[in-house]
Amino acid sequence: MKKVYAIEELCLNCRLCEVYCKTAHSKSKNVVKAYKFESPEPVARIMVEGDNAHSIAMQCRHCADPACVNACITGAMQKDPVTGIVAPDPNKCVGCMTCLGACPYGVIKVNHIAMKCDLCRETGEPACVKNCPNNALIYVEEEELQ
Amino acid sequence: MRYFTSEFLIERNKDRCINCGVCARQCSNEAHYIDLDTGEVKSDETKCVDCQRCVCLCPTNALMIIKNPNQTRDNANWSQQAIREVEMQASTGGILLSGMGTPKEYPVYWDKILLNASQVTNPSIDPLREPMETKTYLGAKPTQLEFDEEGNILTKLPPTVELDTPLMMSAMSFGSISLNAQKSLAMAAKECNTFFNTGEGGLHKELDQYADHAIVQVASGRFGVSKDYLNKGQIIEIKIGQGAKPGIGGHLPGEKVNVEVSQTRMIPEHSDAISPAPHHDIYSIEDLRQLIFSLKEVTRYKKPVAVKIAAVHNIAAIASGSVRAGADIIVIDGFRGGSGSTPTRLRDNVGIPIELALAAVDQRLRDESIRQNCSIVIAGSVRNSADVVKAIALGADACYIGSSALIAMGCHMCRTCMTGKCNWGIATQNPELTRRLNPEIQYKRVVNLLHAWNHEIQEMMGGMGINAIESLRGNRLMLRGIGLSEKELEILGIKHAGE
Ligand code: SF4
Ligand code: SF4
Ligand code: SF4
Ligand code: SF4
Repeated sequence: MKKVYAIEELCLNCRLCEVYCKTAHSKSKNVVKAYKFESPEPVARIMVEGDNAHSIAMQCRHCADPACVNACITGAMQKDPVTGIVAPDPNKCVGCMTCLGACPYGVIKVNHIAMKCDLCRETGEPACVKNCPNNALIYVEEEELQ
Repeated sequence: MRYFTSEFLIERNKDRCINCGVCARQCSNEAHYIDLDTGEVKSDETKCVDCQRCVCLCPTNALMIIKNPNQTRDNANWSQQAIREVEMQASTGGILLSGMGTPKEYPVYWDKILLNASQVTNPSIDPLREPMETKTYLGAKPTQLEFDEEGNILTKLPPTVELDTPLMMSAMSFGSISLNAQKSLAMAAKECNTFFNTGEGGLHKELDQYADHAIVQVASGRFGVSKDYLNKGQIIEIKIGQGAKPGIGGHLPGEKVNVEVSQTRMIPEHSDAISPAPHHDIYSIEDLRQLIFSLKEVTRYKKPVAVKIAAVHNIAAIASGSVRAGADIIVIDGFRGGSGSTPTRLRDNVGIPIELALAAVDQRLRDESIRQNCSIVIAGSVRNSADVVKAIALGADACYIGSSALIAMGCHMCRTCMTGKCNWGIATQNPELTRRLNPEIQYKRVVNLLHAWNHEIQEMMGGMGINAIESLRGNRLMLRGIGLSEKELEILGIKHAGE
């Protein structure tokens, strides 16, 4: 499946990916409104770790055998058999944070319910990749990686 | 106590700013910062150099950098800049340094020259329908050709190089610009079948793969020069002078001489890379001839040798001497040319406009019947394709572009290259900053620029009814001056509009 990959050498630590991820997961899809006026405040599902010297953007790896799915106590977290996208069902999630603890990459956040990268399935075009100013994020099949 | 006010103000639209901190993390001058007490992003405008990095990256368009209206009293003689410079020197006791070309209001002759177009008597040509040749050959041309009975050429032809467009990338060394920036230029040169220039910094091993499109420079510091280096390049350029600082050499401070720069320049790490003002083995045209022929000898007479000189008062005679000394290409760098660092006074006061220098050199070489012995390449602020067309009609074979190529890669002409803090990853060796210039993105922008200009050159030529750049070369009848004095027209060798 196509996933988002981060290229450390090109990452600027600007964190615009976080801004645009948050906006893509907002009601208004408007940066200013998403940050200033929406309640509950939308959550960025990509997190940049590091500083200006070394930084890298982290988000869900949509694992083949996802620890979060295996750990989920309500069956909310599922891997879509067709797209391979791992995402929680908001109607089933109880915000217990079990998945958060189980994820080996630490890329799940909980804000009442679990929040994680869904590869922007609404639009099919990951907002972080589209808006990264230095092409430090790429959206490709694993085989295309090299 | 601070004696001067900041040049700019940073205006942050509070209705828009989301305190994302992008500007704070991106400004290498630390003009934005996150106030840890309030979590708000704030600014210290005294540090801003107006490079526009924050403005371009702010996701909400919240930022505006404006000229500080808080200035000293208006004075036509004592401009703000003049006062500021005195204040700065009073504080530091040092010479003033600047980056890029002079911003002073000298006449731009390109803007006082108009082009011709065909009407009725000779048809214009539509470049989209008909072939339009912009191929350019650089090097000496034979005066006559001899053939044997089968039609094979007997004359020994001087070495020439072929470019698809009359545009090349100016000399910008690795050291003065980042490897990523130089690599982008090299990649663009390869894709457009033209040349980039190593500057005086040697050829980095990573750029070996682009050596087919490299002009290798030999400057007074001889940095990175070896037999191997000379043979890798396609043209060898002896740098005598540079338009932004005629008469002086260069100084790359030791802090910028990291491992990579030191290996490429073949000098110890962290040592100052000082190019002497003159070449210590050149004190006459005869000495220049010796160097030219040493370089030809070492490359087995297979590569054209160029001599780059700054446009100064006696340029025509110097160019003539250089051609007689054996130069296959004369490069003239005008006084508006850019630099990573140059003494402000020299940049702003030394040299002459490239337009006049070009016209004078071309005319002199014609008068002396040696024009065919060399190609003329000009540099020093070629801003667009119309400047190129005018330069070619004035007699240039090709133009170097430096500043325009940097602007294509993100440079916003803040003119603080000498600080090494270039926020666009160009004029810096700091890995945090050089990373910002991804060659895969930026080379395409340079390619776009070259393609766009080449299309426009074809359009303008077509309008004149000319279908090959060779027919435009030195075709001064295609030019008319506007608002120029008799003397200026005489030097440019063109008529006034209406004549
Ligand atoms: S937007 Fe791109 S360059 Fe900026 S932090 Fe995210 S991944 Fe890195
Ligand atoms: S980048 Fe723009 S929105 Fe973000 S903190 Fe700076 S001014 Fe505010
Ligand atoms: S120096 Fe550049 S990035 Fe920093 S505040 Fe000024 S314009 Fe913005
Ligand atoms: S190269 Fe960088 S420092 Fe120099 S003028 Fe351009 S943006 Fe400014």
